Amino acid sequence: MIEAAAEETAVRLGPRGRLRGEWLVRQGKWLIILPPMLYLLVFFLIPFAFALMISFADTAVRVPPFTDILSISPDRHIHLTLSLGNFQYLFTDEVYGLSYIYSLKTAFFSTVICLVLGYPMAYAIARASKSTQSVLLLIIILPFWTSFLLRVYALEGIIRETGLLNTALLWLGIIHKPLQIMRTTLAVYLGIIYSYLPFMVLPLFATLEKLEHSLLEAAADLGSPPWRTFIDVTLPLSMPGVIAGSMLVFIPAIGEFVIPTLLGGPDNLMIGRVLWDEFFGNRDWPVASAVAIAFLVFLVGPIALYQHYSTKQLEA
Amino acid sequence: MHDRASPLLISILAVGIAILYIPILVLIGYSFNASALVSVWGGFSTRWYLQLLHNDQILDAAWLSLRIGVAVSTGAVILGTLAAISLVRFKRFRGRLLLTGMVNAPLVMPEIITGITQLLLFISMLNFLSWPHRGFTTIVIAHIAFCTAYVTITVQSRLQTADRSLEEAAMDLGSGPVRAFIDTTLPIIAPALVSSWLLSFTLSLDDLVISSFVSGPGASTLPMVIFSKVKLGVTPDVNALASLIICLVGVCVLFAGYLMRRAERQRQLDAQMAER
Repeated sequence: MIEAAAEETAVRLGPRGRLRGEWLVRQGKWLIILPPMLYLLVFFLIPFAFALMISFADTAVRVPPFTDILSISPDRHIHLTLSLGNFQYLFTDEVYGLSYIYSLKTAFFSTVICLVLGYPMAYAIARASKSTQSVLLLIIILPFWTSFLLRVYALEGIIRETGLLNTALLWLGIIHKPLQIMRTTLAVYLGIIYSYLPFMVLPLFATLEKLEHSLLEAAADLGSPPWRTFIDVTLPLSMPGVIAGSMLVFIPAIGEFVIPTLLGGPDNLMIGRVLWDEFFGNRDWPVASAVAIAFLVFLVGPIALYQHYSTKQLEA
Repeated sequence: MHDRASPLLISILAVGIAILYIPILVLIGYSFNASALVSVWGGFSTRWYLQLLHNDQILDAAWLSLRIGVAVSTGAVILGTLAAISLVRFKRFRGRLLLTGMVNAPLVMPEIITGITQLLLFISMLNFLSWPHRGFTTIVIAHIAFCTAYVTITVQSRLQTADRSLEEAAMDLGSGPVRAFIDTTLPIIAPALVSSWLLSFTLSLDDLVISSFVSGPGASTLPMVIFSKVKLGVTPDVNALASLIICLVGVCVLFAGYLMRRAERQRQLDAQMAER
């Protein structure tokens, strides 16, 4: 269509203008492509290169608090000083390894619980009538957009020692002294599940909605019991949604900072918290960059998996 | 697939929705509690809301956050729309894969990593270019990067369904490609632009982690002030403030959803008319 337009303009402009018109239309698209491309390149992608560079620097007492990697000596030679010390440090101080493993474990179990709770929810929404469906979707989407910080704070109001849960259980006589949930691992799990549940439900719904009901009927006609149909037909067909939803919970949950800080205790040392402390507490930026880079390397697999399945879902 | 879901499914759905909403409703309820003790109900009162009006720290932070939100959503809608047009209309160009990746990555990247890397960039830029100083500018720049991603996804899906024959007709009648786009396609994607503006605004208003990293001394956004208060425990004035923000965000999201739905219905109506 653009080509057609080029010809159209070219005819009007005559032989000389024809070349200019074509060139304009062909190159004009860069006026549209380049602004977002350059912006994201400079302010999203290149920062990762900076982090990589600084992870090879040494800490120094100055502003900014690290040494230069590239330096020009008086005889005009450029010197590249790479220090692997930060990465070695990650292996020698066990706090980093432990917090990686702890974050992975927490994110994994939270994802599984979100999946177990979110799948039937998405399934129920997919089976509702069209008008009920849009209302239910809105109900799920609304918390999705509401501030994480405020929702975690709201949860604290429920599970704190004098919160609603303990008050209700005490009043009912089920317990005789308040449960200690705040500052425990349980609180961190509750926080992650509560915050990320909508992230699981939405992609699951998107695949389950497209599921052909005739397939399920066919399976039933052929004598397959409902649980069998679920395992043989529904579950495999909804796999893209399962993976996209799980990654949407798993990836941000590993890096979670707000939840372990506000709800967890000193034992709930997740990698996000370590990074934050390294940056704001110790002000050791090279080590923090090294932690971030190592973290990112772990994430490449899950992110690629998510990209693959979410584009598949878009094209379907 | 529409038939009746089993009672078990419906009850799980109900439990899930209850889990999502009870804490928020309880929070809003307690924001009207007259008692300063957060666990004792002392009668209905709006005193915590009135007290917010006299808290300069919170008012300053709210004003800063609103200004940032407006700047961010405007910038993100412009960049995101351009990115969406690039991805939908230009099937092949150098760097297409790169742009697709950069548009999708911020959606899943943990905020703490984005925040750290952007801070390192800003520090190095300040060192070499003496710009930007950490504060309003850096927060706006950082927020635009991740909001652009959300805008692109929203506009992209709308643009894919837009009928291009109108635009072609306009060009056959002698409009240039830009003119034809503005006259025919822009009105069709306008609801998507408005709703993605609103969604960017709520995303920017809610962000804590990225803002904390890239902000400088003296520039504290609303979530940063709330976070420092919340770390000390539950307080009644934060209850009131949180309720206000949740309601504001709720209105933005509902309005955005309403616009998208109305546009979708209009499109279906038009399609039916066209078939006749």
